[in-house]
Amino acid sequence: MVNIEDYGDFETAWCPGCGNFGILKSIKQALVNLGRSPHQVFVASGIGQSSKTPHYLKCNGFNGLHGRSLPPATGAKVANHELTVIAVTGDGDCYGEGGNHFLHTVRRNPDITMIVHDNQIYGLTKGQASPTSEIGMKTKVQTHGVFNMPLNPLSMAISLDCSFVARGYAGKVSHLTSLIEKAIQHKGLSLVDVLQPCVSFNKLNTFKWYSERVYEMDDPGYELNDCVKAFDKSMEWGEKIPLGVFYVNEKPTFEDNLDVLASGPLYKKSPSTEKVDELIDGFV
Amino acid sequence: MNLDLNIKIGGAAGQGLQTTGMALAKTLKKSGFHVFATQYYLSRVRGGHNTFNIRISDIPVSAMTEDVDLLLALDEATIDQHLDEINDGVVLVDADAIKVNNSSESIFHVPMLKIAKDVCGDKIYSNSVSMGAVIGLLCLDISDLEEILKLSFKKKGEEIIQKNIKAAKAGYDYVKENYPGGCKFAVDDPGKKENLMLINGNQAVGLGALAGGLQFLAAYPMTPSTGVMTYVAANADKFNTVVEQAEDEIAALNMVLGASFTGVRSMVTTSGGGFALMTEALGLAGITETPAVIFLCQRPGPATGLPTMTEQGDLQFVLTAAQGEFPRCILAPGTPEECFYMTAEAFNIADKYQIPVFVMSDQYLADSLFTLPRFDSSKITIERHLLSDQDLRTKKEEYKRYKLTPMGISPRALPGQEGVLVLADSDEHDEYGHICEDAINRIKMNDKRMKKLEVLREEMPVAKVYGKPDANVSLIGWGSTYGPLAEVVDILKGEGKSVNMVHFTHIHPLPVEATKKLFSKTKKTVCVENNSTGQFARHLKLDADLSITDTVLRYDGKPFSPEFIIAALKEKEVI
Repeated sequence: MVNIEDYGDFETAWCPGCGNFGILKSIKQALVNLGRSPHQVFVASGIGQSSKTPHYLKCNGFNGLHGRSLPPATGAKVANHELTVIAVTGDGDCYGEGGNHFLHTVRRNPDITMIVHDNQIYGLTKGQASPTSEIGMKTKVQTHGVFNMPLNPLSMAISLDCSFVARGYAGKVSHLTSLIEKAIQHKGLSLVDVLQPCVSFNKLNTFKWYSERVYEMDDPGYELNDCVKAFDKSMEWGEKIPLGVFYVNEKPTFEDNLDVLASGPLYKKSPSTEKVDELIDGFV
Repeated sequence: MNLDLNIKIGGAAGQGLQTTGMALAKTLKKSGFHVFATQYYLSRVRGGHNTFNIRISDIPVSAMTEDVDLLLALDEATIDQHLDEINDGVVLVDADAIKVNNSSESIFHVPMLKIAKDVCGDKIYSNSVSMGAVIGLLCLDISDLEEILKLSFKKKGEEIIQKNIKAAKAGYDYVKENYPGGCKFAVDDPGKKENLMLINGNQAVGLGALAGGLQFLAAYPMTPSTGVMTYVAANADKFNTVVEQAEDEIAALNMVLGASFTGVRSMVTTSGGGFALMTEALGLAGITETPAVIFLCQRPGPATGLPTMTEQGDLQFVLTAAQGEFPRCILAPGTPEECFYMTAEAFNIADKYQIPVFVMSDQYLADSLFTLPRFDSSKITIERHLLSDQDLRTKKEEYKRYKLTPMGISPRALPGQEGVLVLADSDEHDEYGHICEDAINRIKMNDKRMKKLEVLREEMPVAKVYGKPDANVSLIGWGSTYGPLAEVVDILKGEGKSVNMVHFTHIHPLPVEATKKLFSKTKKTVCVENNSTGQFARHLKLDADLSITDTVLRYDGKPFSPEFIIAALKEKEVI
C-alpha cells in the first residue's frame, strides 16, 4: 500500500499560488492511485521552475540540463524498462530548447510520460516569451509584443502521431490526476500538456483567464484514434479551451522493438563477453 | 628486415578501391606477411582521387613509408599525382584505358578491362583482374587470393565468386605469360604465420567496448568515428547491447548518461564537431558523477575542417571542454591492440571514479589496418563498483548518492534498487543530490570531485619508453604516432644515434613524478604531434611541469611517415 506521504513533503522554491503546486499534487496522487512505490519511479527533468519537481518528490530523479529531459529519460528506460519513467518539463524546456528531442522521442515512442508545465512564459529567467506565448504579449524582451506564432503542442504532437496526447489544467487537480494516471498506464510516449498559470510573470493567462475558458471534453462519440478529428479538436483555442485526452494510438514502443529487453531489464543482464573470442577469430 | 615493400593503389571513389585494397591486404596477410595498410580518401561517395596503401614485410610494421614500390593505377590521376613517389619502383596499369609512357621498363601493362570483358563479359571484374596481376608480379601463388575472394563475395552467391576468381586467374595468367619473371619485387612466400589478426583502430575500439561490457551505445554518425558505431551495431544482438542512432550528439550523450545512471555501461562515439555539441552534457557527467565513455576520433578542424583526413588537434579542447571544473580522464591508444585493451580499461576507470573517460583516436589510426598477435580476451576484467542489493539490505543509514568520503568516491546504488532512492542534479547539490547553494557545501562538493582526479593520477601508468632509457634524445609522442616514431627510433639506432621514444597512452591526469623521471638524463626532448601548436607539449608543461626543447609538427591532414620525422629532426639539427 502506497500513501501520498511516501512521496514526501518538501519546501519548494515556487511562488505562492503557482500552478506547479496543483501539478505536483496530481503527479503524487496519480502515482499513489496506481500503487507505484517511490523506488519504482524515475523522474527526469530539464531546467526551469517545472524541472525542480524531482526535488519535491521522494523518488529516483535525474534533474539534468535545460531542454534535455527526454534523452536521459530514454536512456534510463532502456537500462531498466521496469521503472515508471516520467519526464517533467516546461514549455521553454521542451518546446524551445529541447524541440528536437521532442520530435524524435515521439518517433522513437519509448514508454515515458511527459508532463509539460505550460505556463506560456519563462518563469526561472523572470518573464520572457516562451514558444507558446500569445501574439502581442509584451515582456521586457519582447517590448513590441510577441510576433512569433505560438506553437500548438497538441497539434504538433498529433501531427507526429504521438501515441497519447492530452491536455490538463493545473486548476483542476482531480481531472489532471486522472489524465496523468491514464498517461502512465498508456504504453508508449504520452504527452500531457498542462495549462499552468504563472502568478509572477504571466499577467495575461491567469487563473481567471484559464478558468473562464477551459472545459472538460465529454462527447461519448469522440473517437480517440481518429487523428484528423483529434487534430481538428486540438486547434480549438481562444474563447473555449478543451481539456482531456485528444488522441491515442497504440503502437509498438521503443522497448518493444529491442528484442534484448524481452527477457528482462538490460541492467540485470550480464554482458555476454564469452563471445569476444568468436569476434577475434573473425580477424584472424 | 629482408623484405619491405610498399604497394599503392590509386583510383576514384566508387571504383572499388577499398574492395581491391582490402582483398589484397587480406591475401598478403594470409600468405604470411606482416601487413600495414592505410587509406587516403576525400569526402565524397563518387569521384575524387583516393589511395589505398599496403606495406608488407617479414617483420611487424606499423607505419607507412613514402617511397612506392608498386603502383597500381586505376585512374589517370594516380599516374599524375604519384609517379614521382616511385623511386625505384614499378607501375601496373591498363594502358588501353590510362595514358602513360608505355615504353618505360618500369611500366607493366595489363589490359584489365579487356580481360574482364573477354573472360567474364563485364568490365566490373577488372578489379579482380588487377588483384591477380599484382599477385602475379610478386610471383606469389594465387591460391590465397582465391580463398579471400571466396570470403569477400560470399554474400553475393556462387556465380559472382566464380567470376571474380576467373578474372583474378586471368590477370595472374596474363602476367605469367607476358612477364614471366614477374617484376623485380618478386618475393618468396614467407611461410605461414598463424594467429595474426588484420584489424583497424575503429574495429579494435568496438571489439574492446564489447569485451568491456558495453550495453548501450548512442551516437550520431560522423566521420571518422562511425566505424565503431557500425561495428558494435553489427554485433550488438550477440552481446545484449543496444545501439541507438540519436537525433543529434546532444541527445546521444544525454541518453548515455540516463542509461549509465540507471546501471548499464554506456558510450558515445563521435568526432570533434559532434563532441562540441556534447560539451554541456560532459559537464553534466562531471557534476552528477555519472560514468561515461566518450570515443572521440579526431579529424582536422575547425568546424567541418577536412572530414576524411587526420589530425591530433582536439587535445586541448578535450582537456578543458565544458564550463566549470571537474575530473576527467583521457586515454589515447597508439595501435589497434591498445585500442582493444584501453577501451575496456576506460569503462573500469569510468565506473571506479564515476567520471567521463575519453578514448581519443584519429582518422589515421581508425582506418589503418595492422597485423597483430591475437588479442587475449582473458586479460580483460569488468569492475563495476556498484552496491549490491545485499549491501543495501544491511546498510544502517539513509542512502546518500553523494556521500562525502576520504577518496571523494561515493558508494553507487542504482534507481530501482529496493530501499534506496537515487537523485542526481546538474545544479550544485548536497549529499542526497538535492539542489544546495550553500557556500560551505559547494566547497566540500567541489573538493570531493577534484579529489578523485588526484587519486586517479596516482593510479595512471607512466608512459612507455621504446629504445634505451638513457638516450640523449627523447622523441615524445601520444596516441596514433606510435608506429612511425618506433620506426624512426629503429632507423636512427641503425645510424648509431642515441634516440628513444617516450610514448604516452594515458594522457590525463599524468603521474607527475614518474613522468619527470623518464627524462632525468635526456638532453633533448622533441614532441612529435599531428597538429600545428604542440598541444601535448603544452599539456606536459601544465600537467607535469615538463618543458620540452623542440617540436615536430604536421597539420596538412596527413599522418607522419618515418621519413618526414627524420627529415624534420635533421633540419632542426636535433640529430
